Amino acid sequence: MNQPTDFLYIAIILISIGIYGLVVKRNALRLIFSIELIANAVNLALIAFSRMLPSPEGQIFVLFSIAISAAEVAVGLGIIIVAYRFYKDIDITEYKNLKN
Amino acid sequence: MVDSVFIGLSIITVGSAILSLESRELLYGGIALAISMLGIAGYFIILDAPFVAMFQIAVYVGAVAVLIIFTVMLVRAPNTVTKKETRKRKIAGILLGLGFLVMAGSILGNSTVTQLKFNENAPVFDVQAIGKGLLTYYSPVLIVLALTLASAVIGALALARREDIEERNEPTN
Repeated sequence: MNQPTDFLYIAIILISIGIYGLVVKRNALRLIFSIELIANAVNLALIAFSRMLPSPEGQIFVLFSIAISAAEVAVGLGIIIVAYRFYKDIDITEYKNLKN
Repeated sequence: MVDSVFIGLSIITVGSAILSLESRELLYGGIALAISMLGIAGYFIILDAPFVAMFQIAVYVGAVAVLIIFTVMLVRAPNTVTKKETRKRKIAGILLGLGFLVMAGSILGNSTVTQLKFNENAPVFDVQAIGKGLLTYYSPVLIVLALTLASAVIGALALARREDIEERNEPTN
């Protein structure tokens, strides 16, 4: 039988992979991949604690979290498509004009 | 004590998470991200939350991953492996990720969370409690969430709209 700590360790590993991607990658789509990895890791930790208690409240929160990150991905991909139309590239170092 | 299903799921999830960031082709990265999300859904099934696992597969693998793959096909980036990822940045990223891993891992290992145990008698699959919670106590949150989703989708549509096509079509009607 697994214990809650195992799932929390997996969540920590996924979050550190996401942090690595956010720091290293300059491709806008890879940044969205990293954000999705971090969001999934948080959901995993929430479900592990909800199973430990046990209580369905954690599952309700995870449902909300999944819906919010779906909305976030929709807006992020829209922004990427618009930026690609302007700059002909999805490298965020090319987006210098967006700063001011 | 961890069992073999957990180890297999961990290898699939973490391996395809790394692959999604490090694959040379962006399209393969998107597919690897979808596989990683399927692995997370497998964890949810292990943790006796099959409804959330269904939701995860429907939303993440069915909608988000497909949306990402469509975007990858729309933006034909000339060079997916960019020269901007300098060696210094890569070392900094690895150090930061490893630092977070060691710090959070040691905090977790030394805390009392390690003594927590799962309840031996697994809760029955109570989607009824989830539905009741969603429609009674959390119903305002549900309404706000629906409005957020609708406005986000409308905003994405308005962002990705092309003005030049609209102007060309105007004289015809």
